[in-house]
Amino acid sequence: MTKPIAISLAVNGEPVEALVRPRQHLADFLRDTLGLTGTHIGCEHGVCGACSVRLDGDVVRGCLVLAVQADGAQVETIEGASDSGELASLQHAFAARNALQCGYCTPGMLLNAAELLARNPSPSRDDIRQHLSGNYCRCTGYQAIVDAVEAAARAGAGGAP
Amino acid sequence: MSDTAGRQPGLSVLDRPNSYIGRAVPRPNIARLTQGRGRYASDISLPRMVHVAFVRSPYAHARIVRIDKTAASGLPGVVAIVTGAELAAVMTPWVGVLSHLKGLKSAPQHAIAVERACWQGEAVAAVVARSRAEAEDAAELVAVDYEELEPVVSVEAALAPGARAIHPELGDNIAFERVLDAGEVDRAFAEADSVVETTFAFGRHTGVTLEPRAIVADWNPGEARLTVYQGTQAPHMMQNIIARHLALEESQVRVICGDVGGSFGIKVHVYADEMATVALAKLLKRPVKYVPDRVESFVSDIHARDHCVKARAAVKRDGTITAFEIDDETGIGPYSMYPRTSGIEANQVVNLVGGPYRTPNYRARARVVFQNKNVMCQYRGVGHPVACSVTEGLVDMAARAIGMDPFEIRRRNVIPDDAHPSVSAAGLKFEALSHQAALAKLHAMMDYDARRREQAALREKGVYRGIGLATFIEVTNPSAAFYGVGGARISSQDGAALRLDATGALVCQISVTEQGQGTEAVIAQVVATAFGVPIERVRVITGDTDVTPYGGGTWASRGAGIGGEAALQAGKALRENVLKVAGTILQAQPAALDIRDGLVVDRDTGRERIGLEEIARIAYFRPDTLPSDFQPELMVVRHYVPRKYPFAFTNGVNACWLEVDVETGFVKLLKYWIVEDCGTIINPQLVDEQIRGGVVQGLGPALMEHCIYDERGQLLNGNMADYLVPMAAEMPDIEVGHVVSPTLESELGAKGAGEAGTAGAAAAVANAVNDALSPFGVAISAIPITPEIVLRALGRL
Ligand code: FES
Ligand code: FES
Repeated sequence: MTKPIAISLAVNGEPVEALVRPRQHLADFLRDTLGLTGTHIGCEHGVCGACSVRLDGDVVRGCLVLAVQADGAQVETIEGASDSGELASLQHAFAARNALQCGYCTPGMLLNAAELLARNPSPSRDDIRQHLSGNYCRCTGYQAIVDAVEAAARAGAGGAP
Repeated sequence: MSDTAGRQPGLSVLDRPNSYIGRAVPRPNIARLTQGRGRYASDISLPRMVHVAFVRSPYAHARIVRIDKTAASGLPGVVAIVTGAELAAVMTPWVGVLSHLKGLKSAPQHAIAVERACWQGEAVAAVVARSRAEAEDAAELVAVDYEELEPVVSVEAALAPGARAIHPELGDNIAFERVLDAGEVDRAFAEADSVVETTFAFGRHTGVTLEPRAIVADWNPGEARLTVYQGTQAPHMMQNIIARHLALEESQVRVICGDVGGSFGIKVHVYADEMATVALAKLLKRPVKYVPDRVESFVSDIHARDHCVKARAAVKRDGTITAFEIDDETGIGPYSMYPRTSGIEANQVVNLVGGPYRTPNYRARARVVFQNKNVMCQYRGVGHPVACSVTEGLVDMAARAIGMDPFEIRRRNVIPDDAHPSVSAAGLKFEALSHQAALAKLHAMMDYDARRREQAALREKGVYRGIGLATFIEVTNPSAAFYGVGGARISSQDGAALRLDATGALVCQISVTEQGQGTEAVIAQVVATAFGVPIERVRVITGDTDVTPYGGGTWASRGAGIGGEAALQAGKALRENVLKVAGTILQAQPAALDIRDGLVVDRDTGRERIGLEEIARIAYFRPDTLPSDFQPELMVVRHYVPRKYPFAFTNGVNACWLEVDVETGFVKLLKYWIVEDCGTIINPQLVDEQIRGGVVQGLGPALMEHCIYDERGQLLNGNMADYLVPMAAEMPDIEVGHVVSPTLESELGAKGAGEAGTAGAAAAVANAVNDALSPFGVAISAIPITPEIVLRALGRL
């Protein structure tokens, strides 16, 4: 098997140095090596969106990016985005509207919803549904999620609730 | 939106001051999940933990001639490679039968196949390694020689005269057969003004829980104890079964269930690969983790439905439906699942067809058939979507045959709301249903007449929209009649242990589990109300067989109705006990006191007397100041199981509004309404979200979800890209309304709501598609209704 490769990156603002197998994807690296289990794994083939993380500011699928590709990058996970407070308004809206049941899709939903609101502060319901269509939720039927994103948009997505 | 019927006026425990019953209280544990700080079984990592990957049969049916481990065992990180025969030395096989399903038979199933693989995807060897990647690498190098056997794939082939029995010792491929004949069916058909008849086909689909099944098993030889972290709906059931098949005492097995990334009935069964994982932990004396990858999930998570139902109904010109008759065939894979069996769904179909209606004449046959496909078993709604699609499809056909409006024919045939208690043709006992009220409410909610006008106007312009209705009944709050009487050690009762801690807060340990539906919130609401504290003062603990009372867990829409009642009784009992302590301290009659908003008050005036923290302080730290013959009891346990009715039936009605593009065959869902009656509503927001999620889980199989097999028994679309599930952009907004007919069997009056949405969604979609296509004189009775099916029906493909 190919030898481990040294990478150095920043995860949620903290510098990380690690040796990774070339085939390990970023989601496994975050979960198994760093213990950041808020990044979930639903399919490992790029369909469900549960593994969404930010790579240099863009939301990507952690199962489709190799850990070695994150060398030198800034990675942000749901834990980091929660602690910084920037998701607070969305998180508040999700909780108030019960826009999650099992919560397995939620980290990915929140990061993608935040991306939408950053681009379009007052999206229509259709815009929200379209933007979140790469994120599967098997529990809610989506309506509560759409409602919550709408409510967060109305409240002004950034900052505290 | 809710109408109340049934409960007598006057104050009950539900109407206590500061009651949380009926309030949309946010779930107390939800921030953990929004911050990605849940703890799912797939997140768990233990010291010295190793990972298992399975070598799975590429054939639907094959003899295992030889397994060569040589190349695989040389790979780095490999800890063990174990075959079925080797594992059988530590784990006994099981047979999925229940004695009350008379004649149900199955063959012994091993944790890993021994000698023969019976479906594509059945595990034939286990590879344990330091990491999952290493285990998967080695699994690829395990060389298995197979002798391919002729698979029995379709239900027709399995039932054909002279068909080879998949398990020769069972004689044939019929696992279970049930017949029912009630009333005068032949006479009703002979005297009918019209007879409608068709065959309904239901594709196989599966649950696709977003978190796959996941298990970590940890055998500690020093303690001689096995700790199992598992995403499951029934921890005590798993404890019993793991112990039994590993020849351990139940007390040697602890099952812990933390957060679960979706269950829907998928995670209530005993899976061979999970049993293999616990056996490997025992064998290797260290923690072993197994999480299937998504491709494995598709060939190992239970599949659902796969029914083909020939059905007919008799109707009079005045709209009276006088008989239903069905013949159901369903394929369940090569084994009846353990321990709930794969006979329950067909049994439910027989029970439920015609259920909302008065018709006393009903004949049914169901045959449950072995085949070489993945195992099939109970998934959300168990039998309801099949029974509902058949019944409601026939009702619409009957309406069309006599030229009656589909709303009107339902109004004329449903069991009247004042006719209960009543018994259905199939023998189901109904305590209280509200079909008439639900139909009336739905009619108003959707503005039915306006929709019909809109439909007619658009049709002129070549736009084809349809309205589909579907009335349903749903089994909830099952008593021991479901499994216990059949000999399965699956508890129908649940228990709640409630204690006042030293700061005056409450801790409730309860045997129903949290799968995201909001169990913990609902239990906290009930406890806070019954005892009299702010909800923030209640902590709920679920999902640990070492900690909670014994109970069934979460399935068959039972958590709120059964667990909730246990919590209610525990809350009341602890209040009595605390008031005795307060009475002793205050030298007052306990009956003259009450607990409200966390304080002991005078019952009549509400005047504050003493705080709970002070009571706890005295009871725990200064009992010396209490009379020497008085012992405070600040922890109580209460259990509950329904006894008067085998099930608490709920009811409701769905309406779907959609548009069919007759050029492309695409169906666009525009709007959905549902009115349901789950009795007392503890938390309206949680109920509505259960209903919505349930509806969407019915819409998926109606339009897209389908496990497609070829004639060799190969699953062709077993991955998330090819197996379609509903996405946000395709789903409609769903309006939910309620009628409230509490069950009088419990003080709480709650029935289940978790599966109601799934019951009728496919029926509503199919009826709406057929309504939209009615100008073309075509009808579709197979789901999923894909564009291809629509175009074929229209003769355009
Ligand atoms: S796990 Fe990455 S998209 Fe599903
Ligand atoms: S909340 Fe369970 S998958 Fe979305």
